[in-house]
Amino acid sequence: MTTAVTKIFVPRDTTACSLGADRVAAAFKRLIEERELPLELVRNGSRGLYWLEPLVEFESDRGRVAFGPVAPEQLDDFLAARPWENLSEGTHEISHPLYLGPTEEIPFLKHQQRLSFCRVGITDPLSLADYRSHGGLAGLEKALGMSRQQIVDAVKQSGLRGRGGAAFPTGIKWQTVLDTDAQTKYIVCNADEGDSGTYSDRMMMESDPFCLIEGMIIAGLAVGADMGYIYLREEYPLAREVLVSAIDVAYETGILGSSVNGSGRHFDLELRLAAGAYICGEETSLLESLEGKRGEVRPKPPLPAIEGLFGEPTVVNNVITLASVPVILADGAEQYQSYGAGRSRGTLPFQLAGNIKQAGLVEIAFGATLNGLLHDFGGGTRSGRPMKAVQVGGPLGAYLPREQWDTPLDYEAFAAIEAMLGHGGVVAFDDTVDMSQQARFAMEFCAIESCGKCTPCRIGSVRGVEVIDRIVAGDRPHENITLLEELCDTMIAGSLCAMGGMTPFPVKSALRHFAADFTAAQSR
Amino acid sequence: MNEAASNLSDSLQTVNDIASRLADKPGALLPILHATQAALGFIPAEVVPRIAELLNLSRAEVHGVISFYHFFRSSPSGKHVVQICRAESCRATGGLVLERHARESLKIEFNQTTPDGQITLTPVFCLGNCACSPSVRVGDAIYSHMDPEKFDQLLDQLAKSPVDVK
Repeated sequence: MTTAVTKIFVPRDTTACSLGADRVAAAFKRLIEERELPLELVRNGSRGLYWLEPLVEFESDRGRVAFGPVAPEQLDDFLAARPWENLSEGTHEISHPLYLGPTEEIPFLKHQQRLSFCRVGITDPLSLADYRSHGGLAGLEKALGMSRQQIVDAVKQSGLRGRGGAAFPTGIKWQTVLDTDAQTKYIVCNADEGDSGTYSDRMMMESDPFCLIEGMIIAGLAVGADMGYIYLREEYPLAREVLVSAIDVAYETGILGSSVNGSGRHFDLELRLAAGAYICGEETSLLESLEGKRGEVRPKPPLPAIEGLFGEPTVVNNVITLASVPVILADGAEQYQSYGAGRSRGTLPFQLAGNIKQAGLVEIAFGATLNGLLHDFGGGTRSGRPMKAVQVGGPLGAYLPREQWDTPLDYEAFAAIEAMLGHGGVVAFDDTVDMSQQARFAMEFCAIESCGKCTPCRIGSVRGVEVIDRIVAGDRPHENITLLEELCDTMIAGSLCAMGGMTPFPVKSALRHFAADFTAAQSR
Repeated sequence: MNEAASNLSDSLQTVNDIASRLADKPGALLPILHATQAALGFIPAEVVPRIAELLNLSRAEVHGVISFYHFFRSSPSGKHVVQICRAESCRATGGLVLERHARESLKIEFNQTTPDGQITLTPVFCLGNCACSPSVRVGDAIYSHMDPEKFDQLLDQLAKSPVDVK
């Protein structure tokens, strides 16, 4: 009698590995070899249900079923129970304490609309066969049959806007580059995901790297660029390893190189490593860094789309922006555009972080509310204490009090309350947080990470820390609060880029909504 | 030839090899600096003139780039570089307690090395592990849900291990 081989999935993802996924995988590998078990180990990406990692899945006739979290300390018991046996439907109820049921039925996952993340956590990130069989390369194949203008038009119609945070319409940027008549143009992927509380770029690169590569090739076809660079932060060692392998596979199989997918069109791709400067996530600073210089911000204009990398027209897009392009081409712009609210079309992968019980990746259409994310998906705080403040959009995003958590998640609705969705990071704080210290940290971070080119950012941030210290110490608080507000306005109006221009948003919002925290020391 | 001179000529040879491999790339300086630090552990001041010469840059330009980026170091680190995330998600989950504990128990500040040369403590702003904050990185390994107790266990483990997991 031959036994069918059951696939078992153990994620290879930074967070899953930080929780012991490598040890779980190694134990399965050993067990399979020693006992010649009919199991095949697959290292998939993560589904992004991080409070359940390491999440182990088995193939069964009821689809993939999940167990988790399979912590290394529980591994012996887990293996001894042989949970991969008798998974068939109808045989019996599975009673293992870590059993979570069919993966796709877990509410956190079931209630998402995964378009950009449609393969993430499902496939082996480095298997091109997996990629193809799950819809990969369909977008590229369509793009190869379209004119440049048709591709740009499709991206315009989709309503896709820059997912790095600035939300600039992607199609307009591409059109600008397409309309230049330069011989050399570049596609640059901004993979310097420095915002605290964000990890969707990392997940995409670790769990579905071919999707990013495909998106970059399509961008190249659209604007007439045959060279691309991925500028990856140094803080992502696993993403680097996976991308290096994925680019190798893409060259070996002819997806990259002198004849993209056998089309005769040319596209080369190179991975470049950043060196720990937050400011290099700003597009002009990133270009300086790619050119081998200090990552100092360039004044705009000229726009990078006109004079970008090495002075040539350049598309600079975030990882998720580029990785959203294949599905837009494959399924059509109308399909993507049908999701969303107002002028925010499609989906945004939100990332739940900080003090939250069920932290993970939630890709949903624009238009839901923050409350839904925090409570329906997130399940409240991890500490069990009341939630006090939420920072959306990274270290330059505003702190939102409870009264603002019913704001619809779309770009314009957030802009209307002087907040931003940014790259979709959502960091929750419980009631133990001192918001004066969060405001101070925003200024301190700006002082550490400022490129130094413009005065409001370089000096303003240092003075900001000092003024907040004086307010908290009770030194003429009324006068100093006025001074801090004026300083914030100067930074907003006078800085060259978003670093100095937006650092005041967390500061001002903390001051406006949590004023008591700034004067608490004096009233005690 | 004394030992220092031989180390210098080894370092220069390493830089020559790296540059001959990478210098033709557009914007080659960062890739060369990365490769140099990976090979030598840091970027010695003595190799800066050579890198400048090979890329037709001034020494000031090369020095300016090295000093701009937090990742590049001009002096050797301790045996293990322990990076503690100081960013918002980690601050929301006990990161401030962890930072203080690390500085107090190691008796050093950020960007310093313990007198025995074992541990260099550096801040980092986000490791992309924000679903399981606070986070710490040593080599290529990321650690989740760090607290003072787990930090002490990690230090014990590092004291026994010869090199970082790469």
